[in-house]
Amino acid sequence: MKKIDFLMAGVGGQGTILASNILAEAGVELGYDVKTAEVHGVAQRGGSVESHVRWEGERVYSPLVEQGKADYVIGFEMLEAGRWPMYLHKDSVVLINRYRIPPPAVNLGKATYPPDQEIEAILSCKGSEILWIDATEIARGLGNPAMVGVVLLGALSGLVGGAEDLWLSVIERLVPDKFVEMNKKAFLAGRSVQLN
Amino acid sequence: MKKLMTGNEAFAYGAYLSGVRVGAAYPGTPSTEIMDNFSRYPGVFAEWSPNEKVALDVAIGSAYAGTRALACMKHVGLNVAADSLFYAVYTGLKGGLVIVCADDPGMHSSQNEQDNRNYARFAKLPMLEPSDSEEAKQYVGIALEMSEMFDTPVLVRTVTRLSHSSTPVEMSDEGPPQPPEEPSFYERNPQKFVMVPANARHRHPVIEEKILKLGKYSDQTPINRIEPGDDNIGIIAAGATYQYAREVFPNATFLKLGMVYPLPDELIREFASRVKTVVIIEELDPFFEEHIRLMGIEVKGKDVFPLIGEFSPALIRKCCVDAGLIEASVAPEAAAASSAAAAALPIRPPILCPGCGHRGLFTVLREAGVLVLGDIGCYTLGYAPPLSAMHTTGCMGASIGVAHGIAKAGVKDQIVSVLGDSTFFHSGIHPLINVLYNESDVTTIITDNSVTAMTGHQQHPGTGITLQGKTTKKTDIETLVRSIGYDKLDVVDPYDMDKLADVLQDHLKSGKPSVIIAKRACVLHTKERKTPPVIDTEECTNCGTCLDLGCSPLVQEEDYVTIDPINCNGCGLCVQVCPAEAIKQEA
Repeated sequence: MKKIDFLMAGVGGQGTILASNILAEAGVELGYDVKTAEVHGVAQRGGSVESHVRWEGERVYSPLVEQGKADYVIGFEMLEAGRWPMYLHKDSVVLINRYRIPPPAVNLGKATYPPDQEIEAILSCKGSEILWIDATEIARGLGNPAMVGVVLLGALSGLVGGAEDLWLSVIERLVPDKFVEMNKKAFLAGRSVQLN
Repeated sequence: MKKLMTGNEAFAYGAYLSGVRVGAAYPGTPSTEIMDNFSRYPGVFAEWSPNEKVALDVAIGSAYAGTRALACMKHVGLNVAADSLFYAVYTGLKGGLVIVCADDPGMHSSQNEQDNRNYARFAKLPMLEPSDSEEAKQYVGIALEMSEMFDTPVLVRTVTRLSHSSTPVEMSDEGPPQPPEEPSFYERNPQKFVMVPANARHRHPVIEEKILKLGKYSDQTPINRIEPGDDNIGIIAAGATYQYAREVFPNATFLKLGMVYPLPDELIREFASRVKTVVIIEELDPFFEEHIRLMGIEVKGKDVFPLIGEFSPALIRKCCVDAGLIEASVAPEAAAASSAAAAALPIRPPILCPGCGHRGLFTVLREAGVLVLGDIGCYTLGYAPPLSAMHTTGCMGASIGVAHGIAKAGVKDQIVSVLGDSTFFHSGIHPLINVLYNESDVTTIITDNSVTAMTGHQQHPGTGITLQGKTTKKTDIETLVRSIGYDKLDVVDPYDMDKLADVLQDHLKSGKPSVIIAKRACVLHTKERKTPPVIDTEECTNCGTCLDLGCSPLVQEEDYVTIDPINCNGCGLCVQVCPAEAIKQEA
């Protein structure tokens, strides 16, 4: 199996850690050697966060994805997606949730939130494919915007493979019981989105 | 069967499998989840202690009584516990004692990036450093055996990228060893355990001899090993850095160190004579390098790699290319232009959460223009614009002492110190007594959100709940502070900013040492949430006053401000500050 390296970028509190745990366990189920890396603590309080997930056919050493080698960058927030062009290569795919959380400097009038085209230009520098999805909107429609990560994973699952049941069983295992059904719906909603 | 585990989960699992029965810790990123996970295993006792020194003393006591024990802390926690570490090395123990300490290269969630390997040499005890979760599990067991074999505590070092990385761990079919049938007992042996000078003088030579023996053990232990490969470059590495280095040099010969103090001198000489160039790849201090250079071996180390910050495969590759150790073609193509564009994007530092009570407090402090001597916790974020209302932060518990010192130096500013409830129990009580004893008029604000919030909501003595979730005797902060002798004390809800401002002025004008408890539970912990207010965009004058709260759901649009209902917690602080009364909240 060919290695797949993922980088998930978002804002602390958006649920990147749960999403990267699900992605990691799905990798194990698919037979990969898997490693992940994430950051907890003060970094989680509304700041930029990134999680690394690595699926490797043989043996994976570093838990951190190497720059220039990420196969998928998943942006939970538009500006956060834009920070990671150095991780991309020409065949990378960038999946971006169409959702803005202006950082403090923007709200204080000291900076401007980059327009969509600027984010696209930064991320397509090496020829990577950019795919947009209204994941927060879909999650909100299903009752809880906090499920954005699961919607994104649903969309991602269509790109990286793995049977629907395999993914759903991982969600069942990792999501607290009372939220399982809702999250499964969110996953399937993400999986059925036509990406472009 | 294998299971994905973080390093912290694996440390806890290893401790459980090795028969550790008592664990104590104070939360600190990136170490927190070790004790959290350990507490969930059957047949063990685990506690959140008020601070790391207490935690280590507790673990030492259990080990004195013959029970295997575990203490966990972040790197700076070992500074707090250092006094206990040093005496425990002198006395030795009966049961095995392992201290897991978690360094934070890159300072993801810390005030410094000290390299705790130095503590092993300083306090004269062995240190192990696993490189993935499987090793984390195994090394706890090895450390306990070593502890009992050599009659010494053993340090196990982790870093953020081990503690918070998940890698597969082999699950054991067997559980932990059966608990001993005999009850624990403490063998009275004052010559060994009472460190008065006369006894301690006899212990010091024992320690020096032990370190020499441990050096020989280090040469023999399989966790220090040469991994044969291409002998042109021989790499010495340990821990998470070993994994990054392997990524860049999959085929080189490695000296992989699992025991990082004392170092295996004979093995190092054998390795150096075998390879053409010795390259030492280690984060932070040149700990291996200085030792190995003193052995007279020529190496490449900090002349190639930085002293500062966290390593990664990309950084190691770049340094090696720059030093001519590998070909540039191996390095991923540079994309300087897009990286520069990404670097120019507005930064997103961590900020107080929507609905956080600290926001009300720091808004009041900013408006009062007082000098704020701060501390370690979520509330440290009150230093950042637009709140900009914290002017020092050093370490846990420093706020009150620093405030007292500034007062004694005779500055003109009005002075307050600010610290959280968990930090108060950690190390705020002594300096609070000192303010009274040595007479300054410092006002101390204990910003009480009733949980250790920043590390992920751990209990503490003020919550009345144990690590196991059991109800226990609660230490009430107000009663405690009054019992010290403070007669000027108020408890205020920081959501009520007008009242808090009045109380603050009253305390500052009193000229007396005083305490304000700003009490509002952490909304992330209680999950309390009210209906978000709505801004009438017709009435909004776009004055920006609400934006000065630094609350992320308040978003600047063309010529008015809106509230993102997804992020908003409904706390209503913005309703209070809006001079145009354009922000409306349902009652």
